[in-house]
Amino acid sequence: MSLRSYVITRLLLTIPMIMLLLTFVFLVIRVLPGDPASLHFEKQVDPQMLLEFKRQLGLDKPIEIQYVDYLVGLLRGDFGKSMQDFSPVSQQIFSAFPATLELAICSTIVMIVVGIVLGVQAARSYNSVQDHVIRVFGIAAYATPVFFLGEVMIMVFAIYLHLFPAGDRIYPGMTPTGLTLGGLHLSTGLYTIDSVLEGNLSKFIMSLRYLLLPSLTLGTVLCGIFIRLTRGNMLETLQSDFVTAARARGLKERTVVYGYALRNAFLPILTMMGLEFAALLAGAVLTETTFSWPGLGRYLVDRITFRDYTAIQGVVVFFGILVAMVSLVVDIIYAYLDPRIRF
Amino acid sequence: MNNERPRGRILAQFFPPLTGLARRGLAGWAILIGGAIVAVIAIMTTVSPWISPYDPIAINVGPLLSHPSSEFPLGTNHLGQDMLSRVYSGGAIMFQVAILSVIVCLAVGVPIGLFASYTGGYTDKVASLVMDSIYAFPGLVLAIAIAAMLGPGVVNMALSIAVVYVPSYFRIIRSQVLTIKELPYVEAAHMMGAKPRTTLFRYILPNVIPSIVAVATINFADAILTAAGLTFVGLGLPVSIPDWGWDLTYGRRLLPSGAWWVITFPGLMVVLLALGFTLIGEGLSELFNPRLQR
Amino acid sequence: MPLLDIQSLVVEYHTLRANVKAVDRVSLSLEKGHTLGLVGESGCGKSTLGLSTLRLIPPPGKIVSGQITLDGIDIVNCSEEEIRRVRGKKVGYIFQDPMTSLNPVKKIGDHFVEMIRTHEPGVAKEDALKRAEEMLSRLGILPERINDFPHQFSGGMRQRVMIGLALALDPDMLIADEPTTSLDVIVEAQIIELLKELKESLSLTLILITHNIGIVAETADRVAVMYAGRIAELGETGALFEKPMHPYTQALLNSVPNITKKGQILSWIPGAPPDLAEPPTGCRFHPRCPYALDRCKEEEPLLLKHNSSEVACHLYDRR
Repeated sequence: MSLRSYVITRLLLTIPMIMLLLTFVFLVIRVLPGDPASLHFEKQVDPQMLLEFKRQLGLDKPIEIQYVDYLVGLLRGDFGKSMQDFSPVSQQIFSAFPATLELAICSTIVMIVVGIVLGVQAARSYNSVQDHVIRVFGIAAYATPVFFLGEVMIMVFAIYLHLFPAGDRIYPGMTPTGLTLGGLHLSTGLYTIDSVLEGNLSKFIMSLRYLLLPSLTLGTVLCGIFIRLTRGNMLETLQSDFVTAARARGLKERTVVYGYALRNAFLPILTMMGLEFAALLAGAVLTETTFSWPGLGRYLVDRITFRDYTAIQGVVVFFGILVAMVSLVVDIIYAYLDPRIRF
Repeated sequence: MNNERPRGRILAQFFPPLTGLARRGLAGWAILIGGAIVAVIAIMTTVSPWISPYDPIAINVGPLLSHPSSEFPLGTNHLGQDMLSRVYSGGAIMFQVAILSVIVCLAVGVPIGLFASYTGGYTDKVASLVMDSIYAFPGLVLAIAIAAMLGPGVVNMALSIAVVYVPSYFRIIRSQVLTIKELPYVEAAHMMGAKPRTTLFRYILPNVIPSIVAVATINFADAILTAAGLTFVGLGLPVSIPDWGWDLTYGRRLLPSGAWWVITFPGLMVVLLALGFTLIGEGLSELFNPRLQR
Repeated sequence: MPLLDIQSLVVEYHTLRANVKAVDRVSLSLEKGHTLGLVGESGCGKSTLGLSTLRLIPPPGKIVSGQITLDGIDIVNCSEEEIRRVRGKKVGYIFQDPMTSLNPVKKIGDHFVEMIRTHEPGVAKEDALKRAEEMLSRLGILPERINDFPHQFSGGMRQRVMIGLALALDPDMLIADEPTTSLDVIVEAQIIELLKELKESLSLTLILITHNIGIVAETADRVAVMYAGRIAELGETGALFEKPMHPYTQALLNSVPNITKKGQILSWIPGAPPDLAEPPTGCRFHPRCPYALDRCKEEEPLLLKHNSSEVACHLYDRR
């Protein structure tokens, strides 16, 4: 199969999956509880007011029409209206998204670096105490609720040691503004990049300081899988002929391990990254809440407190589409890099 | 018999089946240690009504927010509740939610998995598509959505977790069934006229059970973590029930004032319990599909 | 003083199933400038023995006990850094499969450069490449091919490259582990000729590990026959071929077809090599030995001197 036909097939497969997802979310939020509108109000509410409320949100129409409106709306990028103030949810989503993206990227970096380094060490000291400790660490890290680890981190590093801030994304008033050239304004929403674009070193360092604890927390909790993957691949590769031959030539162990053996482990790690993206988002929800990080996750949790079911629906749908897109891209990249998959 | 470890000989006096495990190397030890952890915590939770010095939900049994001391070994929280008693009994909810979600998953996931993959064709394709869609979704987010709509309560939490986890069972059963289906002895059974139901239950199911058990234990661990997570975002249980999840949520707000003990001890218990189940699950997986053949 | 001295070496592989004794109390020594042939069936431990001289045994294998002394260096106990300096510089190692022994993403020249500069850090890249070119042309490879990748060479050429790498730093000893097993017969003959010639011109000490007795006959001064992790017989090539003592050696030599003998029936050794996790009691060869005595089932024969050779067989043990 050529790359093109694989891409097409994969795209065609994504569509029903997304449809299923959208329908599922719709069923859960609009159908399951019966009436999300009345659920929103804790106490009894005047039926006239309730009807008006529903009308504003389009919740008064028959369920089939709601479904169609919902799907059509999504095609236009409309994720619904908030129950709190009828503002478009998409606005909130897109303003909160960059924060989550930045957290996700940094956590991924932590996840992979820690995972690879520890995995390599474990493989090199196979069956030793160090190996066992690392493996247990990987499992224990995964067994730790991410918010617990986050709180411990805050406790130790922010409160006792005063090394890092305990929450938020940046010091008020220090938001990086990105690049401004004449009339053109370029900003990504990622504070690290924006501060570089702005040319402001102190903002850059500050954004990193705020970013460090949350990404460290999220990255550590998820790194267990990478430790296991790297360890397994390395163990296999370290036994292979050309590694032994390289050692027989008296090459330094570090050259052998990183230059020769690690090259092999790379591709599977790449795919695993794509697969772990969903877990990353799930973890981000809790991490953002713990660190008051103003991203999508915290937005979702906020909306729960306010029983803002339409907003919850919008965010959940967004998550779903995001994950579907990312796994599509990862699959295509992998197919490009490894022709065997297509055949 | 020179290779038998001395520990193995001691265990052999008391627990014959356990020596088999101890000799199975690291995987066996993982199961033993994990099992021990889970057993201890389960026992502790069960006998908590008898060993708790105070009623875990009684407030003002001691000074508010006091440090761990001889009178209150794990301190008290902002409501004056004794943390030790809460730690003893807080696991009950976790166990209930986890067990319930596993039961639901087994009741729903296993039959669908067996039936769909055995039948093949359209049924299989549709079921796989649905399951893959759910599986690909960030678990906690989906659980949050469902729990938000269903409301608080043990059953609702268990259901949300179960929905998220059913695809895992489905996938593992499917991959096993697809392999076993093609094996010669199953074909032979067919040719001798065995009904599909017989083949399914007598030939395929027994071989799938080890993998199901492995997934179920990891399911337990995940259920505990997800339950804690759901409580953390406010979708858990009413405050009147002692629950580690609640202590974690409230303990969080007490941290800045320096009261570290409210969040730490329940947190450690959650980690231990999840770790225990994970160790068992990992050990079982390694035993049933050894990764490194030497 | 011998260049290489191995005393009572025991190498085990610790698997979950059992401990496999791949090398069980092997002792031998090698004088400078001599060539030792190490023969035996697959799985008899000869490769493990070769790898252990450079402490290259992959886990879960371990050198459990014994001594290996190479040019005065205690191989078993020396530090990682010391053994690393021995590898490649003092001892060159040639592996069986040249296809999997070379790094597929590195040019041939880079293999040499990397190796030379690891052991001699001061050498400039151009000089290292020069030396590589000289080595390659000496081995019959066009020097321009220094920029090619391993997959662009044929099997025989790749093996020459491996030999070149092994000799690049002018080592004292060369260990060739089944150097021709993966090559066809004609190329095999060329490689063996090459080895012989290099041995002469560089006065190398050579260990030739193979299951092909024919090559050993032409190249080795002494031959060690291994069976199931132990040495069965050890002696001078001529003496061993003319009057093999151990029944295993005799059977091995008999199984080589002789095209001059008319009407010869192909002979083989009945049975199969033992499972080293649970080897037979007493002499490991006894289940397949046509001359087995009762003593052979119970008592392990020691490697004892007999005439000018050493043999581990109760038939020759008059005690």
